[in-house]
Amino acid sequence: MAEHKKRNQILTAVSVLLLLGFITFAENYLDLYIVRILNVCAIYAILGMSMNLINGFTGLFSLGHAGFMAVGAYTTALLTMPPAVKQQIFYLAPLAKPLDQMNLAFPLALLAGGLLAALVGLLIAAPVLRLKGDYLAIATLGFAEIIRVVFTNTQTITNGALGLKGIPALTNLWWSFGTTAFTLVVLLSLINSSYGRALKAIREDEIAAEAMGINLAKHKTLSFVLGAFFAGIGGGLLGNLLGTIDPKMFSSMFTFNILLIVVLGGMGSLTGSIISAFIVTIANEVLRFLDESINLGFVVLQGKVGMRSVVFSAALMFVVLFYRHGLMGSKEFSWDRLLAGKFVRKLMGCFKKRLPEGGCDQ
Amino acid sequence: MSLLKLQDVTMNFGGLTALRSFNLELAPGEIVGLIGPNGAGKTTVFNVITGVYEPSHGQIFFMDQEITGMRPDLITKAGIARTFQNIRLFRGLSVMDNVLIANHLHLKANYLAAMLKLPGYRREEREMRERSLALLERVGLADLRNEPAGSLPYGMQRRLEIARALATKPKLLLLDEPAAGMNPKEAEDLTVFIKEIQTEFDLTIFLIEHHMDVVMNISERVYVLDYGMTIAGGKPAEVQNNQRVIEAYLGVNEDVED
Repeated sequence: MAEHKKRNQILTAVSVLLLLGFITFAENYLDLYIVRILNVCAIYAILGMSMNLINGFTGLFSLGHAGFMAVGAYTTALLTMPPAVKQQIFYLAPLAKPLDQMNLAFPLALLAGGLLAALVGLLIAAPVLRLKGDYLAIATLGFAEIIRVVFTNTQTITNGALGLKGIPALTNLWWSFGTTAFTLVVLLSLINSSYGRALKAIREDEIAAEAMGINLAKHKTLSFVLGAFFAGIGGGLLGNLLGTIDPKMFSSMFTFNILLIVVLGGMGSLTGSIISAFIVTIANEVLRFLDESINLGFVVLQGKVGMRSVVFSAALMFVVLFYRHGLMGSKEFSWDRLLAGKFVRKLMGCFKKRLPEGGCDQ
Repeated sequence: MSLLKLQDVTMNFGGLTALRSFNLELAPGEIVGLIGPNGAGKTTVFNVITGVYEPSHGQIFFMDQEITGMRPDLITKAGIARTFQNIRLFRGLSVMDNVLIANHLHLKANYLAAMLKLPGYRREEREMRERSLALLERVGLADLRNEPAGSLPYGMQRRLEIARALATKPKLLLLDEPAAGMNPKEAEDLTVFIKEIQTEFDLTIFLIEHHMDVVMNISERVYVLDYGMTIAGGKPAEVQNNQRVIEAYLGVNEDVED
């Protein structure tokens, strides 16, 4: 065991170093298009993990994620845009004071976005978390729509349907991957604590959890607010990556995309959400050819815009029908499990003699 | 002093009166049984005591404090733990986690301290683990602590549910049909086990049970419910020979009466 622990620590340290090296390389040498996709991957990982906390670990079927993201994205964007740009794009009605002059450093603006999203989460938690199952889903979906409609109409704060343009491109791989790592560490430490066990108990059986002395309202709110916080931060990163945001972006379709990531990665697995965020985002780009005409040599298939969505929906259906546990089920990534896997075992077969007895058992 | 006192408790569901003017008094250290035919309102008594239902009428006192209509988790915190008729374990979680979760209500560290694994929290976590492991050893499930609770055989799930209830450090333990689905041998073992934990953990036990052997053997007093009404109460031997109890259980044979 002790030997494994040391080996795992070394493996983790090496992976982190490799990742840091890769980010440095990617920032300097890789194509901007690829860097952008990597950024989106990391941001979706943050959004997936935060939604997994609420839906996968606490068992609250919440579909309000787009709302929290919108709050975070707008807050961060407004706090980082230079006053001159704000004056330029708010031509229908000027931006309300004191927002028009405010300009914060990116990390502070991100934090503000997260905190505001968390505050909104806290405000709706009390009425909404009394509901269960489908009713909670409907109420939270409604909440996200309300946010969208409000943002469309608050001309002097959000610039309404025109959206925000010229948001400084402050999100880079360091910020997005750094925040992903931070989110993972924070959520893992919660999940692995007594509070995390309480959340899982609520997911497993609410009545029994309450009978064992767990304060349902308090713990559900904790999960909901923390999930909203990271959704807000993810939204903030996204806004400052894309450069433009408008209310239409944060429709319920966005929530379903994140839900796809959560289900595919495994409800109740943070590392599963990260892995599936990368798979889904990259697949989304790779499958772009589906929207275009395909020339098979003997026949040309006419491209249909939206074909990708069809493929994705089919994939989701396939997962739900045949592979309900997703990639990781409710387990987290671990070196022990990876090294005990069939593939690696075969690979290690030739080195077996050099491993301590039972080195591959698990 | 009575540990638990139910005064004139009535529970209506719409037009149905599941429990009518129910009175109950438990002295510390007693083992008391609650019997009655199916649908007599036994589990309703438990649900009213533990705060799952707020009684339509009447009052409930625990250690001279009124707990009528209090939130279930606060009632558990006050010292009343229960098991369920249809076992309600956290099936997907490990046996150990099931017991650990029942320790959570006594945790002093807040969530920030828990997330940062501050020394205070670490000490509490260690204590919780030691206590849980000791409980699992006591009920003979320590070897299975890493198995998912849902994978245990039925009898073990019952024992795990009792261990989980004990982890909340109760003064009063409510057992809802602990011997359900057990064969006579298992039921007998359970009887011994309940008596043992009663003295070991200094408990007062109130149990619903259909196995007459178990109830009559274990209980110092028995209450009998039928259609939400208390039809008898007293020492097991008295209750057993009570005409109304026999009628409630066996029905009145009208052919013979004619």
